[in-house]
Order: sequence, then structure tokens, then C-alpha cells
Amino acid sequence: MDINWKWDMFFEAFPYILQGLGVTVGLTFACFLFALIFGFVWVFLRRIKFKPVNWLVTWVMEFIRSTPPLIQLFFIYYAWPMVPGIGVSLSSFESAILGLGIHFSTYIGEVYRSGIEGVDKGQWEASTALNFSTRQKWTKIILPQAIPPTIPMLGNYLIIMFKEVPLASTIGVVGILALAETYGTDNFRMLESYTIVALIFLVLSYPSAILINKLEKKMNRRFNKKAALQESKGAVV
Amino acid sequence: MVESLKEENNSSAFASNMEPIVEYKNVHKSFGDVEVLKGLDLNIFPGEKVALIGPSGSGKTTIIRMLMTLEQPTSGEIIVDGKNLWHMEKNGKLVPANEKHLREVRGDIGMVFQHFNLFPHMTILQNCMTAPIQVQKEDKEGAKKRSIEMLEKVGLGDKLDNYPSQLSGGQKQRVAMARALVMRPKIMLFDEVTSALDPELVGEVLEVIRDIAEEGEMAMVLVTHEMDFALEVADRVIFLDDGVIAEEGSPREVLEESDNERLQQFLYRFRS
Repeated sequence: MDINWKWDMFFEAFPYILQGLGVTVGLTFACFLFALIFGFVWVFLRRIKFKPVNWLVTWVMEFIRSTPPLIQLFFIYYAWPMVPGIGVSLSSFESAILGLGIHFSTYIGEVYRSGIEGVDKGQWEASTALNFSTRQKWTKIILPQAIPPTIPMLGNYLIIMFKEVPLASTIGVVGILALAETYGTDNFRMLESYTIVALIFLVLSYPSAILINKLEKKMNRRFNKKAALQESKGAVV
Repeated sequence: MVESLKEENNSSAFASNMEPIVEYKNVHKSFGDVEVLKGLDLNIFPGEKVALIGPSGSGKTTIIRMLMTLEQPTSGEIIVDGKNLWHMEKNGKLVPANEKHLREVRGDIGMVFQHFNLFPHMTILQNCMTAPIQVQKEDKEGAKKRSIEMLEKVGLGDKLDNYPSQLSGGQKQRVAMARALVMRPKIMLFDEVTSALDPELVGEVLEVIRDIAEEGEMAMVLVTHEMDFALEVADRVIFLDDGVIAEEGSPREVLEESDNERLQQFLYRFRS
């Protein structure tokens, strides 16, 4: 059987589908920004020592991570407005930011946590000894050390989120996937349309992944260099 | 001999004519089931240099860590310059101190750690000037000037823009001292500050401590294993054993004249 592939349709569909790229990329960054900020909320909620709060927070995070983001999107967009009292009706774009943002914030929060736990206990003690306020300890001493090593990991999550964003087409966000669907059904050209979507994702994700890989190597090198320098200087006095 | 110079400068000389700057009153501290301090009573006087010695696990580091508010006493009170450190008054009752109260009281205390704990993301100069600016709200120029002076004093005036990772252990520890000193503490705590150093780097750090001690104004509490140094610098030596003060007095009384058996055993290990 011959493949029914038409290049003229491919080239006609391409610019049409590409119009959705702004929405897809914009939504990715909006979700990512939301997750970056909300990730801190989890970190600080988890640091509350009061047991019931701690259990509740842990459980909520586990719940969010264990349910599919698609269902969370459906819930926020279709079900939440029906809840009497607290129900709010959000646009598709807002629902997508909230849903995907919260979902990924639980992972980002864990990334932050690993970074914070990687900071030596002595750094907290030294900042207490210098009488920094709790806020200053975080902003001047701990976070500036905790966050840079997590940047490659955060970059990976950005790419993962970029690839999850098409889920938002199910609640009506018109990105490249939704446009491909429209074009495909209108013209009976599913093969070309979806190939284009796949290509766009490939062209954007792959170089980003390589970039982040490089960044990771560069940061590792920097830390190794520091350690090596320390050793040699230590020996010389 | 150095020790003869210190002979009359013992604890009683301080006790007779001054109010203590730090008072420990029946302080107990347990970690889980292990009681490391069993009712400590100890006064430290303004300008006094106290050396705490004793076997590991005897509670000497815990004593200064409680004063720096890094460890909370299980019971008892610590008074700093007339103010209760771990308790505050609320509606006429003593309640556990909150962070605000702790910040008020510990402002007079500085500490140098065994493992330096310099801030690796800051230059040497930033390490010193950040706290005066952020905590004491000193103007930037003034803090910078004083930090540079202090770093010059500890012999690191040429390293201002270096990062801690570029320094030797001895240099790091001297930065740590400068960083604590720019805060102008009334009490300085030294927690085994030479223990993590290569032997050939110990001297330069002790040199700086000796200089600070000679200036005299600050009270200093040194947890140390450098017995000769304690003999030379301290006004009073305290030997801790099993969570209690087993012996105390002038360096000479404790390190040379005491017949306390545990102390003899302890010192024997250092002198052999």
C-alpha cells in the first residue's frame, strides 16, 4: 500500500500549524514560572514542623503526583466551577497554567528540597552566629547556594513540561496540536498535520536538551575545578 | 616562662570585682537518652579568657553551642549580660524565647567554628561585610572599610576578592575570625578552631587568637586541645569530664598542679 503523503498539503499546513507555536511556548513558560514559584510554597509548607500540617502537605503532594495531569486539567476546567462556594470558572489558558503548574510544582519543589539539603549544616550555624534574620539566612546564604546546582534539573523539567503542554488542547487551548487537529480534520490530512507537530517538538526539544546537558557538564566542571584548586592551594599553604 | 606571667591572673581576680557577662545556672543538656551536661554552673567575666578542655563527649562544645543558640538547653538558665538567653518574659511569666528575643540577646556573641563555615558563594570581603550591613545596618562604606582593616589585621589584605575555595585551611580560619570580629562581639567562642587544620597551619591561627586575646576587651571561650596554648592565653582553664566541671582554676593550677586522676589521665594522653 502506498503512503498517502502530499507535500503540497504539508507545506500548506506548516505555516497554519506554526501559528499555534506562540501559545504552546507561551503556555510552557507560564506553567514553568508558576511551578518555579509554587515549588517554593511546597518547600516551606513541608518545613512546618507541626505534625498534622506536615502529614497533610505530604499527602496532598503525593496525591497531586499520583494522579494524571490530564485528569487534573479536566477537574480544574470542567468540575471545579460546579463546586458550590469555592468553584471558580477559569479560561482554558488559565486552567492549563494552574493545572500543569501545580502538577509540576510538586516535582520542582523536590528539586529545590534536594538543593537545600545539599547545603552544609554549618552554613546555617554560621548565619545564626552572625545573627542573620530567618529571611536573610534564606535569601543571602542558603538559596544562593542551593539553587545554582539545581539549574540543569530545572531545565530538564522545562523540556518535560514543554512536551506535556499539548494536554491543554483537550480543554481548548489552541496551540500547535489543536491547530493540527483542526487542519487535519478539515482537510483529511492527519498524517501531514501530526508529523508537523512532532517535527516542531523535535526541533525545539532536542537542541534544548543538548544545551542543558552542556550546562550540566559545565557546572560539574566548575565544581570539580573548585575542588581541585582547593586541594592544590591547601598543600602549598 | 609564660605561665608565670599568668599566675596571679586567675579566675578569682575576675570574680571579685565584676558582674559576670555570662552565667550558666544549673544547665542540663541531653541528646536523646544521653545526658551530656549534668547541672552546669559557670560564670564568665567581661574580658576573661576561658579554656574548656576535656575528653570528647564531655560536653565542652555543647556549652558554647548553647550560648550561640545552636543548641537549646534541656533545663536551666543562661544569662547573657543580665538578659535571659533562652527565656523571655511574657505577661509576667517566663516563656521559651522566640527568634526575635534570641536575635536581641545573641547580638553580643560571635563564634568561630572547627570547619570554618565560610560562605562559599561570597568573596572573602563579602564574607566579612555582609553581616554588618545586613544585620547591624551599618552603612556599606563603613562596613567595607572595617572589613578590609580586619582582614589586613589577620594577614589577608591581599586576598579580598578571592573565594574561600582558593584559600588554605589556615587562611580560611583567619577569615572566619575576621568575619566574627567585625561584628564587634563582647564574647567570642572558639570551637576547636585548629582541629581541622594540617599541623603546619595551626600556628598562624593561634597567632591571630593570641593577638585578639592581648587586646583584652572581649571575653573569650576556647574549646581546645592545644594545652600549651591554653596555658599561655587563658585566665582560667576548666576541665570537663562526664558532663560536669571536674577541675577549674588558673592554667597552672589545672594543667600543672592538679592531682585529679581523670585530668592526669587526660593530660597524659596529650603529652605522651
